[in-house]
Amino acid sequence: MVSRFWRKIPQRYNLVGTRCETCGRHFYPPRTFCPDCRRGGKIVDHWFTGEGKVTTYTVIRTASNQFEHATPYVLAIVELDEGPRLTAQIVCRPEEARIGMRVRRVFRRIAADGESGVIHYGTKFVPA
Amino acid sequence: MVGIVTYGAYIPRFRIAIPEIARVWGANADDITKGLGVREKSVPDVDEDTATIAVEAARAALVRRPINPADIGAIYVGSESHPYAVKPTACTVGEAIGATPCMTAADYEFACKAGTAALQTCMGLVQSGMIRYGIAIGADVAQGAPGDALEYTAAAGGAAFLLGNDDPIAVIHKTCSFTTDTPDFWRREGQSYPRHGGRFTGEPGYFKHVQGAALMLLAQMGTTPKEYDYAVFHQPNAKFPLRVAQVLGFSADQLRTGLVVPRLGNTYSGSSMIGLAATLDVAKPGDRIFVTSFGSGAGSDAFDIEVTDAIASDGFSRAAAPSVEHLLADPIYVDYAQYARHKGKIVMQQ
Repeated sequence: MVSRFWRKIPQRYNLVGTRCETCGRHFYPPRTFCPDCRRGGKIVDHWFTGEGKVTTYTVIRTASNQFEHATPYVLAIVELDEGPRLTAQIVCRPEEARIGMRVRRVFRRIAADGESGVIHYGTKFVPA
Repeated sequence: MVGIVTYGAYIPRFRIAIPEIARVWGANADDITKGLGVREKSVPDVDEDTATIAVEAARAALVRRPINPADIGAIYVGSESHPYAVKPTACTVGEAIGATPCMTAADYEFACKAGTAALQTCMGLVQSGMIRYGIAIGADVAQGAPGDALEYTAAAGGAAFLLGNDDPIAVIHKTCSFTTDTPDFWRREGQSYPRHGGRFTGEPGYFKHVQGAALMLLAQMGTTPKEYDYAVFHQPNAKFPLRVAQVLGFSADQLRTGLVVPRLGNTYSGSSMIGLAATLDVAKPGDRIFVTSFGSGAGSDAFDIEVTDAIASDGFSRAAAPSVEHLLADPIYVDYAQYARHKGKIVMQQ
């Protein structure tokens, strides 16, 4: 559990993905191979700006144990300005959320492995 | 000369009004509000803690000035509410701003002055040439036992200062400290809430140490209070900084800009640092700022700061990150039950 979280710290904290220098397509989560350019692609790391818009969202009212303290919360598919989409929490009141809303990243506590385990930090979004 | 190259602050959006806390404990709200000079205090969201506040403050600093994170050689985070007893908040900050791995890091604890102790450490490392830039952060989700006097003011927030020699927006001419072993406020290992000596925290604690450091700095600089445009003192409430300012010869006008406690509460390690950030938000080139922190236990760090032309230059964008005034505006008010939930004071089923 600890190693699984630790391995993804660059992606969770800083939205580190990849970009194909040949065609300009961005990938998050990172891909090591461009499906468009194939052998002609050149993949490099890319730090996403963390700005984007809500593609769609739902309101979670019944959550798993790790997240029940936070209900109700907004879970959305966010389209980053560079193109990729990811699932993330939007920190706002459920009635504030709407499709197309501009959002920006924030650093928040995502979950914790019980009272004595590791705290998982990562990226959520707030209305921009 | 060593100075502040950039800075940032962060304050959670939630507030609880002091009369709401008084209502729960059957206390006289007017007496408490007037006695402390505090109307409301900030409350962290359910997913905010000292690490998230420290990261947001550090990121705000880096938004204002393009600094290569790889050039940051040290990160120190001062707090009395680090999320872990063992595992540094500073490492999380370093990772979240892209400064790792070629840097040193540590967490500081000295009640409400751990952040200014971090400032002094970074000054020393920069001046000695060991590092190019260092970040000093003071941040807390402050603890106060339910019903205790501290609960009316214990707030959440923080500020980050990036120190270096390269074109600072404010130079730090001098710093000095005044430290003794004084048990005015403490929290034993494993305890959830701090304890304090009641009225004993005043004269032998706050006033003796703030005056000790402030008078030492004035003597070393050969300056008088009138030579400063702004003064910032640790602000556990509004009364203490106003009284110590009066005793030292500073006016209420010099204090006004940096006195954020009436609308913010006491952010412990963030307190005097957010006051300094609020002052830098409006300061002009040439302005002189006198800062004195206080940490129980007890000690004070005093700083003589002068704002430079760089604060108004193209290389620094004050407007790129929210000002303290902006962070204090448009709060969401919570009642005591929501506050208890946000602060994790409700015992949940495991």
